[in-house]
Amino acid sequence: MSRLSIAGLVIVAVLALVALLGPVVYSWEDVTRQDLEIRLARPTSAQLLGTDQLGRDVLARTFYGARVSLQVGLLVVVISASIGTTIGLVSGYYGGWIDQVISGVLFNVFLAFPGVLLAIAIVAFLGASLTNLISALCVIGWVSYARLIRGQVLKVRELDFVTASRALGAGDSRIIWRHILPNSVQPLIVQASLGMAGAVLAEATLSFLGLGVPGAMPSWGKMINESREVWFSAPHLFLVPGAMIMLTVLGFNLLGDGLRDWLDPKLKR
Amino acid sequence: MPRFHLIVARRLLLLLPVIFLVVTFVFLLVHLVPGDPARLIVGENASQETYLEMRQRMRLDLPLHQQYLAFWREDILTGELGRDYITNEPNIRRVMRRYPSTIVLALSALAIVVIVAVPLGVTAATHRGGIVDAISSVVALLGVSLPSFALAPLLILFFSVKLRVLPVSGPGSMRHLILPAVTLGFALAAVVTRIVRSSVIEELGEDYVRTARAKGLSEARVLYRHVLKNSLIPVVTILGLQFGVLLAGAIVTEYIFSWPGIGSLLLESINQRNYSLTQSCILIISITYVLVNTATDLLYRWLDPRIKVE
Repeated sequence: MSRLSIAGLVIVAVLALVALLGPVVYSWEDVTRQDLEIRLARPTSAQLLGTDQLGRDVLARTFYGARVSLQVGLLVVVISASIGTTIGLVSGYYGGWIDQVISGVLFNVFLAFPGVLLAIAIVAFLGASLTNLISALCVIGWVSYARLIRGQVLKVRELDFVTASRALGAGDSRIIWRHILPNSVQPLIVQASLGMAGAVLAEATLSFLGLGVPGAMPSWGKMINESREVWFSAPHLFLVPGAMIMLTVLGFNLLGDGLRDWLDPKLKR
Repeated sequence: MPRFHLIVARRLLLLLPVIFLVVTFVFLLVHLVPGDPARLIVGENASQETYLEMRQRMRLDLPLHQQYLAFWREDILTGELGRDYITNEPNIRRVMRRYPSTIVLALSALAIVVIVAVPLGVTAATHRGGIVDAISSVVALLGVSLPSFALAPLLILFFSVKLRVLPVSGPGSMRHLILPAVTLGFALAAVVTRIVRSSVIEELGEDYVRTARAKGLSEARVLYRHVLKNSLIPVVTILGLQFGVLLAGAIVTEYIFSWPGIGSLLLESINQRNYSLTQSCILIISITYVLVNTATDLLYRWLDPRIKVE
């Protein structure tokens, strides 16, 4: 793997550690405790990154923000990859009018909206909650997996060993499970890593617009939005969560690109 | 190109089902609201009479299929896109007052992308492994991972608060446009630089370049008269397709800079639970997106007649 993709791997590993260790280092009380007397405080030994506009510990909130980002990202990737894979398999394998409806109509409708707009639309009407946010991101997320798998199926379906397998009496489900899916795992992993980057960015964007996680739950996008009034007197309030979002998205993008090169040795840049 | 008008006709015909489905989706959005949207708008304390009036205004008293037909007949085909629940003003007027600002912002962002990305990409390609190439690949990584709502405060902090050369936010002069346009265009500029680079590198390997050089043309002439013309064709496509993405990105940019476009109108309507106005904004942004994509596709075919109709 290239140095850049190893950097991506390290970033992702550190983030996962931060998300896992968050509750060990800081209690929920540390995250939500407000103390207006020390609002916008500079870093001290008690609050390593200072405090925000309500006197809350910025580092504690950043740690818990990693949990929200990664949880949302993981759930969105797993759910949209499962839905997308199923739809892509059905569309590519059965072909005919099913494929025409799915790839001709369904794909195009979902692609007719810019992704973020579609997510904003759904959350705006469903109301802001963690579940609704994840649902909205899955609605925009599944299409890329479905297209990927459909393409993969169309390619693999025509290969000689699949024809041979069918001639030997293998049924649809055996061909799908034994031949088509294993051949689709590699691009799926790459897409999942890039999908994590996209989901984390989309979560941050919606949270920034006030359409993400509600209540006291900290999220990086929300932290930037909530500190709008004091951006220029306390720049660390947007710099810290902003840097976290950037690193996370960068980490998963680098990892995804690295995996693509590593899993597919034929592809030389 | 004798058959080009056929391609245009075909492509326009394909638009109809997509627009039909987009309208249907926008219609259905209001039915995503948990509970009773009319009750949510008038509030718990409103009288039964006010509530029933709102239900009627929103056509919620009709069966679903009649709501849908009325949506088409009274809102879409009249071009009004529904009317404001309180002032009774057709939504299209409010949307259209904001629309030009968004288009100005998106086009300015696009202009910045072209001005920055094309020379940078060409230089990166002709001086591969050089300093410009290295910088452009770092910026490309930043571009896709730095969110605009972290870039914008950085830009404001530097140019407006520290250097005091540009205004913090709001509409007004050309100078008010610079930071929002840079914020909106940054990510795309980073991507386009890399695309120009690889496109130029690819074209430089073509036979006609060897021929042009063999004719004794200067390197600059080869580059600008031959290579650039061909390598910009894919760039035009990317720019067109990304214009819609800029429209969506404008929602965030307009919010940060208090820019009075359709994106900030959308967010205002969401906060005010003005469902019908929210639907109108979403519809207009989506239709613009679909139309620009179609236009891009046609432009691409016109620029490069080698592309066959599928």
